[in-house]
Amino acid sequence: MVYMKHGINQKDPRFKIAHREAWIGVILVIINFVWWYGFAYGLGSDSVQDYTYVFGLPAWFFYSCVGGFILMVVLVSFAVKFFFKDVPFEDEGGES
Amino acid sequence: MNWAVIFPLLVFLIIIFMIGFWASANLKDSNSFLQDYFLGGRELGGFILAMTMTATYGSASSFIGGPGAAYTQGLGWVLLSMAQLATGYFVLMILGKKFAIVTRKYNAVTLVDFLKERYDSKWVVLLSAFSIIIFLFAAMAAQWVGGARLIESLTGLSYTAALFIFAASVLVYVIIGGFRAVAVTDAVQGTVMFIGTFILLVATVIAGGGITNLISDLAAENPNLITPYGFDGGLTPIYVSSFWILVGVGVVGLPQITVRAMSYKNAKAMHRALIVGTIVVGFIMLGMHLIGVFARPILPGIEIGDTVMPLLAMEVLPPWLAGIVLAAPMAAIMSTVDSLLLLVSSAVVKDVYINYIKPDASNQSIKTISLGVTTILGILVFLMALSPPDLIIWLNLFAFGGLEAAFIWPVVLGLYWQAGNKFGAISSMVVGVGSYILFHSYYPNPLGMHTVVLPILLSLLAFVVGSLLTKRKVERAQLM
Repeated sequence: MVYMKHGINQKDPRFKIAHREAWIGVILVIINFVWWYGFAYGLGSDSVQDYTYVFGLPAWFFYSCVGGFILMVVLVSFAVKFFFKDVPFEDEGGES
Repeated sequence: MNWAVIFPLLVFLIIIFMIGFWASANLKDSNSFLQDYFLGGRELGGFILAMTMTATYGSASSFIGGPGAAYTQGLGWVLLSMAQLATGYFVLMILGKKFAIVTRKYNAVTLVDFLKERYDSKWVVLLSAFSIIIFLFAAMAAQWVGGARLIESLTGLSYTAALFIFAASVLVYVIIGGFRAVAVTDAVQGTVMFIGTFILLVATVIAGGGITNLISDLAAENPNLITPYGFDGGLTPIYVSSFWILVGVGVVGLPQITVRAMSYKNAKAMHRALIVGTIVVGFIMLGMHLIGVFARPILPGIEIGDTVMPLLAMEVLPPWLAGIVLAAPMAAIMSTVDSLLLLVSSAVVKDVYINYIKPDASNQSIKTISLGVTTILGILVFLMALSPPDLIIWLNLFAFGGLEAAFIWPVVLGLYWQAGNKFGAISSMVVGVGSYILFHSYYPNPLGMHTVVLPILLSLLAFVVGSLLTKRKVERAQLM
């Protein structure tokens, strides 16, 4: 079978970890997008006279771009710390 | 000439040179020249990995073109640019450990090596090597023009002399030092980009009398500038959102980024790079584009967007500090160009020459050829950039989206979907690039989205349909 080529075993337990981490990436990017879109167009579509401001920036911009950036740094750090597993990349046996 | 500005730039260039020589000393006693020259022996640590990904990705457009567009469009363009935050974590998480493990098993040095082993097809290899060479060569020439223009505007030298300085500085360290020099200089360049952004942002806010003041000046000039919709209301939500494909998730398909996802040492390096990369890319993109918007009340009436950032730096900073800050776009351009040069060279040497012309070349002759090809490519780009032919300019328009449409599915589905096969990969690449060029020429921005979106969906369809239709055929071939 083609999948066994080069001694790659799709059942390799490391791949299970890798697949889970890839899904975390997908989930994070969806959260990132929804947050970004929601604040930008949720608050930003008001007329400019009704804008509120945070640290001098329009609230939509502050929450969507500045807040979204901080949120993602926190979420990525959190995911890496608690969900990402340290696995060896080389095979024991050691073809380089 | 303004020596106070030029001096920090010179110091920066000298540091970059020294790294090149250091890395070349590391290459001398290598017994696997290919792995070392094109992939740095797969030993990048977390910080360097994060920096080389960010710096390779962040190019002239992040420091020159982007702030210029933000100057015109207002906060809506900063919003758009923040789609790039995803590149900080998405590429590494998606390709992730599976890509790192699989490419080690395949002994892959280039992205094309991975595709070659995965799909077992000469056509996949030739198509992908060919698209890398054509598209990235064009992209590289365009960046060189940007680099030379920047030097020209800062120093007052002629365009040709500026191009020569730029070319010589990049060529020397890439040729002698290979991937390791590229990655380590990227780390320095990325740091310069980060610090430059920080200094300029702070100085701009101070010069504008604080954020509140700047925002109310903008709103007084044109209220649209502080809405998400652009100066004339033209930035629709769907158009802005579609940039998440072009400069966010689609970046997974860019070979110059992908190759970095196989270059790191271990899982720890990857973990660290995820955090550092997200911080650095987010800060640079947010900062630089915000600077572009804030420049408007400080320096009103700039006609050419590309000059906003250099003019602003000279306006709000003392000359010596402006020199340091202006090293940032320089660093951004160099760190993109060096990676592209090495990648195109690896496509010629490894993917074409060693695969199909001389598979049994010795370590020594590979070394000679690699250095030779890198040099010749560098000289060719230099000649192209002297007066860029229309073809190069035209190709550069497709370079980014075209490569994404070509590679995203063969790479991602090749990794995660076992039923994907060579027919799927070939049709995906042909449909992706072909439809991108057609849409771009005849029906740009269909349905109000960036042109890249539909070709990426079509190439997904082509990959899935192509693989499923030929499933039987492939299975039969394997039984025989």
